Order: sequence, then structure tokens, then C-alpha cells
Amino acid sequence: MPPETRESERYAVAVIGGGPAGLAAATIAAEAGQRVIVVDECPAPGGQIWRYVGESPSNAAARKWMARLNRSGAAVATSTAVVDLRKLGDANFQLHTVRDGVSAMVKASRVVLATGARELFLPFPGWTLPGVIGVGAGQALLKSGMSVRGRRVVIAGSGPLLLPVAATLRHAGARLEVVAEQARWETIARFTLGLWRRPFLLTQAIRYRAGFLTRPYRTGTWIVAAEGEGKVQRVTLTDGRKRWSIECDLLCAGFGLVPNVELARLAGCRLQDDFIAIDEEQETSVEGIFAAGEPTGIGGVDLALAEGSLVGYAAAGRNKEAEPWIRRCGELRTYAADLANAFRLRPELRELADSETVVCRCEDVKLGAIRPEWTMRQAKLYTRAGMGACQGRVCGSALHHLHGWQQETPHPPVEPVPVGALL
Amino acid sequence: MTGTVEIYANGQPILVASGISVAAALLNAGITDFRVSVSGEPRAPLCGMGICQECRVVINGVPHQRSCLVAVVPGMRVATGD
Repeated sequence: MPPETRESERYAVAVIGGGPAGLAAATIAAEAGQRVIVVDECPAPGGQIWRYVGESPSNAAARKWMARLNRSGAAVATSTAVVDLRKLGDANFQLHTVRDGVSAMVKASRVVLATGARELFLPFPGWTLPGVIGVGAGQALLKSGMSVRGRRVVIAGSGPLLLPVAATLRHAGARLEVVAEQARWETIARFTLGLWRRPFLLTQAIRYRAGFLTRPYRTGTWIVAAEGEGKVQRVTLTDGRKRWSIECDLLCAGFGLVPNVELARLAGCRLQDDFIAIDEEQETSVEGIFAAGEPTGIGGVDLALAEGSLVGYAAAGRNKEAEPWIRRCGELRTYAADLANAFRLRPELRELADSETVVCRCEDVKLGAIRPEWTMRQAKLYTRAGMGACQGRVCGSALHHLHGWQQETPHPPVEPVPVGALL
Repeated sequence: MTGTVEIYANGQPILVASGISVAAALLNAGITDFRVSVSGEPRAPLCGMGICQECRVVINGVPHQRSCLVAVVPGMRVATGD
């Protein structure tokens, strides 16, 4: 079947990403009278945290926002990837979208990047075994219908996601063997104490206190290796002094979140400390492109909704209504910064992989084949690491953490597409 | 949300919950080799959100479909181990 290309559609605001930040931005801009489209590559909006199966999400905030989006008149394009983003001129952007191998160009006067974050995967022996997934992956797959009933689960790595995901999996019938957080108890305790000092963060503080009562939760503990025949059957953990192994069927291993900034970089947006640099109104260094949510700084759902709301008003030119949201974002952002501090990754995590450990999963390139003094470009040319289907998202982020390598500027398409979509 | 649909995994009919992702359906059916790596290792979903590309399977004859981003449809034919 010959590839079709639909005629260009034109919008005032195109929101890329239908998670909390994108939903808020699209809804508010549409309510302000703008012609809006929100594009997401999943079959339904919600991003990661509001992922659901069925008619509507069980989460009340998610339901509220999705209903509001439906009433707002914004167009919603699901199962649609954005593989290229170009500025054609002032207030004239072009998004190359692909759905089912078919291209469609979407034009917009303003763009909102709400592309969320992905997990940081650090390689360790056995991490490529089936049954080794991420922590956010545990949540995403569960919410997409994966059953964990009766499965022995180990959750390991780092970050505030470990506890809520542990709780969700346990609630879904998993046998939680251990939750192993690499950060030291002292640093996490300092963080939770800090929460109590800010009354508006009381719900978060209470959530964390309850979470820490999860048994068994170990801090200062990290993965040595995963083992098994054809799938994970055993995980070895360490606290820096002793090692011990636990039998399991599912290992959720994730080390925090990294922002999805490929489209931002493609479009020429400046980054600051690996996140999209923005001004007070969340506009990037490219006039007309705004950003909201995790790509501007990992901060969770409350900050994403606040930034999305701010951007919705800003992209619609409603600067007066945007103002109170600027302050709200500022408050939530300090909390996010404390969070990042509390869960800083310890240096031992750089030594988990040995020379035989695959670091580029797409092309099966082992860590030993890669020299630390190379650049990402050299690794691509000499070993094919980073040249595979994930376009360096997994190994690139790992090598950035392990060797301090800078990511390369992406080239379109930023997601694999069939050739037919490009002709 | 309740309700099941029948899909085919490597030619075998399986009953799965309506609306779940193909990745979830395959994992629930105990499949551990969604794809085979360059050096012959079995691979299964890692990220669950369309980033890692490890969950790629053939759906209705079309290869390289990220099963974590596709919802099951009655009669769908899925082939793994490619």
C-alpha cells in the first residue's frame, strides 16, 4: 500500500506528550480559546503515572484532567509519534508525525514539549535477562495489564519511585522480597525532615513516612548481579560489606529518571545541566517553543501539572493568569531539587558492570569493547554502540553516567519509522 | 474493562484481558523471548514505555512493533523471537 501523507493541519498550539504536564497545557490553552492539538505515542493519554486500561483511569486527578481536556475542545492524536520538529519561521513550526507507518505534517504557531522522562538504566551483570525491568517499567507494565500475582519481586536501585511502585506491586498481589535503595539512610532522612518544614508539602511527607514503613526496605544496598537460565531467577545484593542472594521472578531495577530531550535538542533548544533551559514562563531558548514537566527538571506530577498550567496560559498569551503559577512552580521546584540531592547515586554504581557486561543492548556491545576516553560518536563508529533501534537512549544515558560522555545532537527521525513514512 | 479477547501468540490462541498492552499479554502468557538479540540472547521488555525497543514483536505480519505501546485487538496475530 503506497504511503499517504495527510494535508498539513494547522494549530495555534501543538503539545507533544499527553502526560500530566501536556494534559494541563493543552486543556488550559484550549479553554483560553486557542486551537490546540496534543500528540502522544501511547494508545491513550496519561503518560507514565496516569497510564490505564479500560474506559478511564482509576486515579481521580487523572480522570478530572482527562474529562476537562475532552470538554476543552483540544484535538487529541494518540498512537502518534513525533519524529521531527522544525522551526520554519516566526510562529511557524512543523511537527512530522507518524501513526501506523503513515506520515502527517502538523503545523503550529507554538509548541509545548511535554515529553516526560525515562528511567536511567545502569548496566550490571545479568541485566539483559528477561524478567529484569525498570522500576517505572514495573508501574507502566502493571498499569498496562501485566499480572504480578504471586510473583516474587525484588525492587532495587534508587529514587522516590521505589516505594510507591513497591506499594502498587504488593497491592496487585506480588510477593515483595525486598526494596533496596542505594542511598544512605542519613541522606534520605534529612530529605524527609525537610518536607515537614514546608506545610504545603505535608501530603508528600506523610506519603514518604508511610512508605518507609514498607517492609522490607533497605537503604545503602545495591545490586551486584542478576542470574538465571533464560530469565531472572536470582539477584545478588550488597551493602558494601556483605553480599547475599535472593530468589525472584521479577527484578525491577532503575536508578532515577532522565529527561526525554531529543526533540528539544533537535529543534535547537538550549539545555542546562541536561534539562531544557527555560525562562520564567517556561519558554525555551527557541522563541515559540515551551517546555513543561520532567524535561525541565525531574519534579513529579504536582510540578508537572503546575508547569503545564503555566505553559497553557503562557502559550495562549494570557500572561496575567500565568503569574500565580510561576510562584507555585518555584515552590514545587525547591522540593524537586531536595529530592534529587537525597537520591544522588553513589560511585560504586559505576563499577557494577564488568568488561563482559552488555552496555548497548540493541547491538550487543560489551562494556569492555568501549574505551572510557572515547566520545559517544567514536563508540558509535568503532563498535556500533548507540546505533541501534533505541537510538542510544539506553546506552547513551548509561555511558553519560559511567564515563561522563556528552550525548550527540540527534538527527531526525528521532524514533525508528518504516522507510515508507519518510518517502 | 472486564472482558477477554482472543489473540494468537506464535500461532497459539490465548485469552487475554480486553484493552491490555500486547507486552502485558505476552508476559502474562509466560513468554520470555519477545525478540532475540544480535548475539542470540532472548530479550523481553525492559522499560515498558516505548524507549528501549526490547519488546519488539511482529503484529499481523508487521515487524518491529513496540508491544508495550499497542493494545490487544481481537484476532491479533503476534509472533515473537524474531
